[in-house]
Amino acid sequence: MEIEENFLYTKEHEWVSIEDNIATMGISDYAQEALGDVTYVELPEEETEVEQFEQFVSVESVKAASDIYSPMGGKVIEINRKLEDTPALINKDCYGKGWIAKIEVRDMDESTNLMSAEEYRNYLDSLH
Amino acid sequence: MVSLSVENSLHHTPLVDEHIALGAKMVGFGGWNMPLQYESILAEWEYNRKSVSIFDCSHMGEFIIKGDALASGLDRIVTQSIVDMPVNTCRYGAMLNNQGGIIDDLIVYRRGHQDWMIVVNASNIEKNANHFRAHLTDQASFEDVSFKTAKLDLQGPYSRDVLKVLVPGIEKLSYYTFEQFQILGIPVLISRTGYTGELGYEIYCPWEKCKEIWKSILKNATVKPTGLGVRDVLRVEMCYSLYGHELDEMISPLEAGLEKFIDLKKSFMGASALQQQTPQRAIGYLISTSRKSPRAGNKLFDVSGREIGVVTSGTFSPGLNVGIGIGFINRHSVETGASLLFGDEKSKVAATIVKRPFYKNGTLKA
Repeated sequence: MEIEENFLYTKEHEWVSIEDNIATMGISDYAQEALGDVTYVELPEEETEVEQFEQFVSVESVKAASDIYSPMGGKVIEINRKLEDTPALINKDCYGKGWIAKIEVRDMDESTNLMSAEEYRNYLDSLH
Repeated sequence: MVSLSVENSLHHTPLVDEHIALGAKMVGFGGWNMPLQYESILAEWEYNRKSVSIFDCSHMGEFIIKGDALASGLDRIVTQSIVDMPVNTCRYGAMLNNQGGIIDDLIVYRRGHQDWMIVVNASNIEKNANHFRAHLTDQASFEDVSFKTAKLDLQGPYSRDVLKVLVPGIEKLSYYTFEQFQILGIPVLISRTGYTGELGYEIYCPWEKCKEIWKSILKNATVKPTGLGVRDVLRVEMCYSLYGHELDEMISPLEAGLEKFIDLKKSFMGASALQQQTPQRAIGYLISTSRKSPRAGNKLFDVSGREIGVVTSGTFSPGLNVGIGIGFINRHSVETGASLLFGDEKSKVAATIVKRPFYKNGTLKA
């Protein structure tokens, strides 16, 4: 299971990479593996305000739909429109081309509610 | 720890070690520990629809009944006509409770003039066996051979080409017929049946010989193992019903679209209840206007937002590249071409009612 070292993680298996006050987020390798082939991503509108850990995206695989939660609170400033036609980017490159949304972060302190790569690795181990 | 004990209580087919060695994701289904997928559902869909795939269906139930069709009581238990079945043919139908609800759907195999095999759903084996024991007459013998009989489904447009190498004479088997053959000297019953909409065969073999046959078929690199995940997608694409979704004891076969599998000219359990029913809803097949798929439990609304039904099965269809679903809809709202919405009170997606099947390129009768 691949874990990107410099990213932060949620218990719901979202990842986030924060540069300045912009948080880019997606779902982890563990999550895409568990979901299987992604067939549809329901993206939020740009400019939507979200709270940390609020559901704001839905990812569907062939057999199921899963809620995705925002790792940080703030304003959605960009969404990955490529996912509309090629949702499989999430399976192929979940930490890169399969990113889902960029959020302008409201409160940097919220990042203390997230796990480091090492903490996330331990968390995944604890699930098995 | 709870999940561990549940897992331990699941039945195992003879192939469980093979599935795990092949890297399958395992899942509990109908009381059995079964492979959900080996590779990915989309890849396995391609293997089935474009080439050949094999499913372990050893979880399904098989009963052997011996006796005259009428005197044994069998004809009264099942909905389909059986007295006119030629030997070596199969016929799909159901058995009903006295209220007309569906105890299970099943296939009757006529192995001899007074020799029948009944194939039932895994989750219903015990319930069904009890029902047969209670309602067959003393003119019948009944044996539940579910745990002695394994089943492999070889399905796909090239399944005949693969099987004829192992089973000379398989080419002559026509749709919904069967015969006794041998594979590697092992006696097997093979029927030209399946649950995918493709040309295919179901191979019934002794439990302890199943692994040998599975391995010999998989030696042919054209054949890929496929799991229950894609099996469900394939059956929804064909609009085949699944017990627990479109069929159960609270659902009438007249709602579920099973009319053509019911012989109303004969006397059978549940028949009088059916005669008094005026079904208020009917099964319908809906195709999403987008890649967003209907899901079991979604509500159905007419275009004005009035609730008109419920989704019982839904999936993304790789064959159509959109979401598809099956559901029960108010009888007067089920009209081919009609627009409707699926979802919940907060979020609704447009869909259209279509004729069955969704997927029209199946090689079933090739």
